Order: sequence, then C-alpha cells, then structure tokens
Amino acid sequence: MEIFWILAIPLIGGLLLALFGCGRYAPELNSTMSFGTFLASAFLTVRVITDGPMTAFNEQFFVDSFNVFLVALTAFVAFTTSLFSRPYMRIEQAHGKLTVNMLRLYHSMYQLFTFTMLVALLTNNLGIMWVAMEAATLTTVLLVSLYRTPASLEAAWKYFILCGVGIAQALFGTILLYFAAEKVLGAGGTALLWTHLDAVKTQLEPTVLSLAFVFLLVGYGTKVGLAPLHNWLPDAHAEGPTPVSAVLSGLLLNVALYAVVRSKVLVDGALGSHLAGNLMMGFGLLSVVMAAFFLSRQKDVKRMFAYSSIEHMGLMTFAFGMGGAVATFAGMLHMTVHSLTKSAIFFAVGHATQKSGTQLMENIRGLITTNPTIGWGLAIGSLAILGMPPFGVFASEFLIITTAMHAYPWTTPFLLIALGVAFAAIFSRVQSMVFGETTDERLPHPPALVPVFAHLGLVLLLGLYIPPYLADWYRQAAALIG
Amino acid sequence: MENFAGQLINLFAALLLLIAFGMLSQRRILSLINLFALQGLVLSVSTLFVAYTSHQHHLYYSAGLTLLLKVIILPWILHRLIRKLNIKWDVETLFNIPTTMLVGIGLVVFAFNLAAPISLMAGTITKSSLGIAMACVLLSFLMMITRSKAIPQVIGFLAMENGLFFAATSATYGMPMVVELGIALDVLIGMFILGIFFFQIRETFDSLDLKHMEKLKED
Repeated sequence: MEIFWILAIPLIGGLLLALFGCGRYAPELNSTMSFGTFLASAFLTVRVITDGPMTAFNEQFFVDSFNVFLVALTAFVAFTTSLFSRPYMRIEQAHGKLTVNMLRLYHSMYQLFTFTMLVALLTNNLGIMWVAMEAATLTTVLLVSLYRTPASLEAAWKYFILCGVGIAQALFGTILLYFAAEKVLGAGGTALLWTHLDAVKTQLEPTVLSLAFVFLLVGYGTKVGLAPLHNWLPDAHAEGPTPVSAVLSGLLLNVALYAVVRSKVLVDGALGSHLAGNLMMGFGLLSVVMAAFFLSRQKDVKRMFAYSSIEHMGLMTFAFGMGGAVATFAGMLHMTVHSLTKSAIFFAVGHATQKSGTQLMENIRGLITTNPTIGWGLAIGSLAILGMPPFGVFASEFLIITTAMHAYPWTTPFLLIALGVAFAAIFSRVQSMVFGETTDERLPHPPALVPVFAHLGLVLLLGLYIPPYLADWYRQAAALIG
Repeated sequence: MENFAGQLINLFAALLLLIAFGMLSQRRILSLINLFALQGLVLSVSTLFVAYTSHQHHLYYSAGLTLLLKVIILPWILHRLIRKLNIKWDVETLFNIPTTMLVGIGLVVFAFNLAAPISLMAGTITKSSLGIAMACVLLSFLMMITRSKAIPQVIGFLAMENGLFFAATSATYGMPMVVELGIALDVLIGMFILGIFFFQIRETFDSLDLKHMEKLKED
C-alpha cells in the first residue's frame, strides 16, 4: 500500500500542477506533495525494516533493504529541494528570468521527475526500469532549458542526445539479458523480473550476460556521468536552474548507479568471475582522476561542483566494483552523504549566484559579510564534500581507500592524488568566494537555508555516529549486493 | 512454408538494412521522414510475418503498435513540425557521402561478427537477422554523428530505436508487452518534448543548425 502512495502522490502532483500550476500557491503545493511522498516512503522504510523484503502488485514492484534506503533518500532530498526552490524560484521571478508559465512547467516536471526516479527504484521489472530511466531524462530536458538562454538550450540538447544514445545501449543490454533469461525462465512477463532472475542467476548463459553487462554499464554509466561518457553532465548542471542541478546531482546519478549495481549482481552470479567488478573499477577510477583534473580548471562555480559530482560518482562506482562487505557498505554510505552534501552545496551556491548575479567564481566575493548564512553554508558544505573529518564523507572515503589499500594497492596513489588535487582546487576557490570584500546587495527575499543546515547536520551526524539500526540496514543491503 | 517464411523475413531484414543506408545518404529532410516511415512499415510487416509463422500472438500487437506509432503518428508529427518550422524543402550539405557509406559497410561487418555468437544460441526463426538489427542500430548511430541539423539527428535517434526493436524481435520474439508499451510511450513523449524544444531552439538561434550550439566546451 505504501508503494502505491509513494508513486501516486508525485504522479497526481505532477498532473495537478500541470493543470492548476499558475497560481501563487504552486510552490507550496509542490512542497506539500513532496512531503506526502516523503511520509509514504518513511512508512515503507519502517515496514521493510520490520518485515523484510517484499513484492507488491503481482510482483511488479519489489522492495528490499538496498532500494528502500535509496527510496527514502530520494524522497527526502526531493522534499528539501522543493523547500529550497520556493524562495529561490521567487527570487528568479523577481529578477525577471522566469514567467508564470515556465514556473508551471517547472513544478509539474519536478513532480513527474520524482515519480520516474521512484518507479526506477521500486520496479521489479528490468524493462520498466529502463523505461523509467528514459522518462527521467525526458522530464528533465525541458527543466535544463527552462531559462531559454542559448547556453541552456545547447546544454539541454546535448543532455538529450547523449543520454538518449547512452540509454539506447542500455536497452540493447536489457534485450540481451532477456534473451538469456528467456532460456531459463521461459518467455513472457516474468523473465525480466529481478527477483526471478536473482533466483536463477547461476544458470544464465555467461557469454551473453557479459556482453549484456558491457552494454548496460555503458548505457546507465552515461547517466551516472562516468568518464569518458560524462560530457553532458557539467553543462546540464551549470545551465539549468539550481534546484534542478541539486536533484540531478543528488538523486538521478544515484538512481542510475543503482541500475548498474542491480545488473552487476546478476552478472556476478552468472559469470562467477570478477569481470563486472573490474569494469566498474576501471570506469570509476578513470572518472575520479579525470574529474579531479578538470575540476581545477573551472571558472563557473556550478560547473566546478558538477565535476566534483563526477568524481564522487566515480568513487562510488569504484567501491561497488571492488565488492565485498566493507566496500559495498562504504559505497552506500557515500551515496547517502554525497547526495545530502552535494544538494546542500548547490542550495548555497544557488543563492550565492543570485546575490552576485553571476556564476563566475572570480566575481563572487565576500559572501560571509553580506549573507553570513550563505557563506557559512558554502564553506561548511565544501569542507564536508572534500572529506574533512568529522563529516560523513570522511568516514566513507576512509573506508573506501583503506579497502583499496588492502585489495588493490596500486589504485591507492591514483585515488589519493585525485582527492588531493580536488581538495586544493575547491578549497582555494571557495575560500576566496566566502571571504573578501564585496559591494553586492542583499537578496530581495530571505534565502532558504534551513535545508542546507539540515543536510549538513545529518552528514555531520553520520560522520560522528552511525545509529546501529542504520548500520544494520546498510549491512543487510551490502549482503544482498555482495 | 516455414522455410519460405524464413526467406521472406530475411528479405525484409535486407530491406531494412537498405533503408538504413538510404537514410545515411539522404540529404532532403522531407525524403528522410518518408524513408523513416517506410522503415517503420517494413518493420511492422516483418513483425507480422514473424508473428504468423511462430504463432506468437503478442507479436501481432507489437506489429500493430509499430504501425500506429512509427508509420502514422511519428511521421505525421514530423511532417507537421517541418511545415510549421518552414523547413520542408531544406537540403543539408553532407560531408563526403562515399566515405560515410564505406564506414557504414565496415560497421555492418563489425555488427555481423558481434552478433554471430548470439545468433547461434537463439532458437528463433529470425536468428539470422540479429546481425542486421545490430547493423541498423550502428548505422543510425553513424547518421546521428554525421548530421549537423536537429531534425535529422532526431530521425537518426528514432531509427536507432527501430533497430533495437528489430533486435528484440529477432533474438527473442519481442520483449514482454508491458515493456514494449512503456518504450512506445517514452518514444511518443520524447517526440512531443522535442517538438516543443525545436521551437525553443529556433526562437533563440533563428535556425535549427546545431553549428550554433558549440559554445559549451572545455578550454
């Protein structure tokens, strides 16, 4: 029943906002809908923790401890982002960047985007997962081009074409997977259900599955933003409205990685070798190193943090690729803390760029003197994402690197150098944005900074103390993925 | 009968490949849309034959869906779009067609080699056409790379989806119905969104040429 509400609320919300989204109450309605989704996901989480994994609606939907934590995270960040977007979009409107109709489109698509991500997470059918991932691209294309500037249109076009082509590869991978599954499970609807596939994964044809995994990894990997398929990501993040950057970075990338990990479980079972893990480690390591070096050359603040997202997604892919209880645990912890921290940073960056009227870092100065909360939010958020103790990112990165030292010592220098380069780049840039002299005005509306500090507080908490039930929950999920 | 139907399906597969090459070299937008509709028609008829010979009833629905979506609705939307955007008679200058064709032939060889081991395992009547399906996907991909205008790129994208659909039919007699419906829905929504998007691009750049959209680059 909870599953029904989790999916129904955003869908109804999207339709309502499309029809009646012109009024002044639209942002509040948007937040209310997101809050409803979050409540439903909280109930679902409680139920899965007490009762264990379950399927629903004729086995079409499926929840276990791995996807329920992502569902809860997605619903939570979608809710806080909708809170942030209320004042943010009002300020954009006051600046004359948006019309009422654009806002209606934005709110409606925001809800539908949440809906598609939740479908992708909850569905048991790998074909439907593909459909939902493609739909997630489609709902965000018009959000990226919301401002109708030449740069935003270009970014949206690139996003559509690259992700469209990428995800077409994933469809071919899914076809191959179905081809292998059909031999064991018989034709028809059940051969793409993950729970059924998981049960027979050792009998699936290994050559077909390894080919399928290559296509699935390239396809969904494009959406994760893995190098060298990441070209769309910095543009889409930099040119779209900031709430969209926050949900793209904090949520969509996670969902795409989820799809890759689910496929990996099947392929590992069929092959009995470490091929899938090795591929993921390779792509992950390449992304970490490449993103770190691109990061240090950025001038646009949102682009810089977009590259930082590529780096962190690479790190997670690397962790899941290594496999084993500790690395998988760390990968999931990193998914959680990265998504919370990065969206908090985008919230602060969004207000900072509104205040300075530019996204160029050299023109953003002295945030702490005019708007201390924005300045502190950005400073603390950046320290957190750079992996400073006592924040949660430190804990997960520490676990990933120590595991890598034991299992694959040769990767350690690459990881450490990349993290060091990223640290130097982001730290020096953020310092000059936060401190320094400025003549900028304050914002016309009070900024929304509760979400920023709520997220950072959670990340701090996860760094200092992981509650036992949460650790247990991650451990269960890690056992599922293996 | 079985043998004859198999031959016929192979003939249709060959036609699909021919159309894919035709699209690669076609410079007129209007003819490109017609070729795309023709590809959809061939795909639909061949699916119908597969359904008839293999007694897979759900493939009849797939064939109907293909006919409706790819022969009627999508070409209709595209025709409307080019009329409204006033680019009906646009001719694109293409970079060196013979070279593109040669690269295309190379891709076909590659696709056949890649598909060979999988075809051997398949138990379907259509297994020999899997290579052609893969070749169609790769050729559409090549078409997207070589085009610099927005609408031909989108047609390339849709043709790629046709190739994937054909691959699914040849390897496994089609995906489960619910997935196929979902994919069709995605394609349709995607087309609507692109329609809106084309007008935005035109309004901003005064043209649908993607040459104007090369500003976002890493220095």
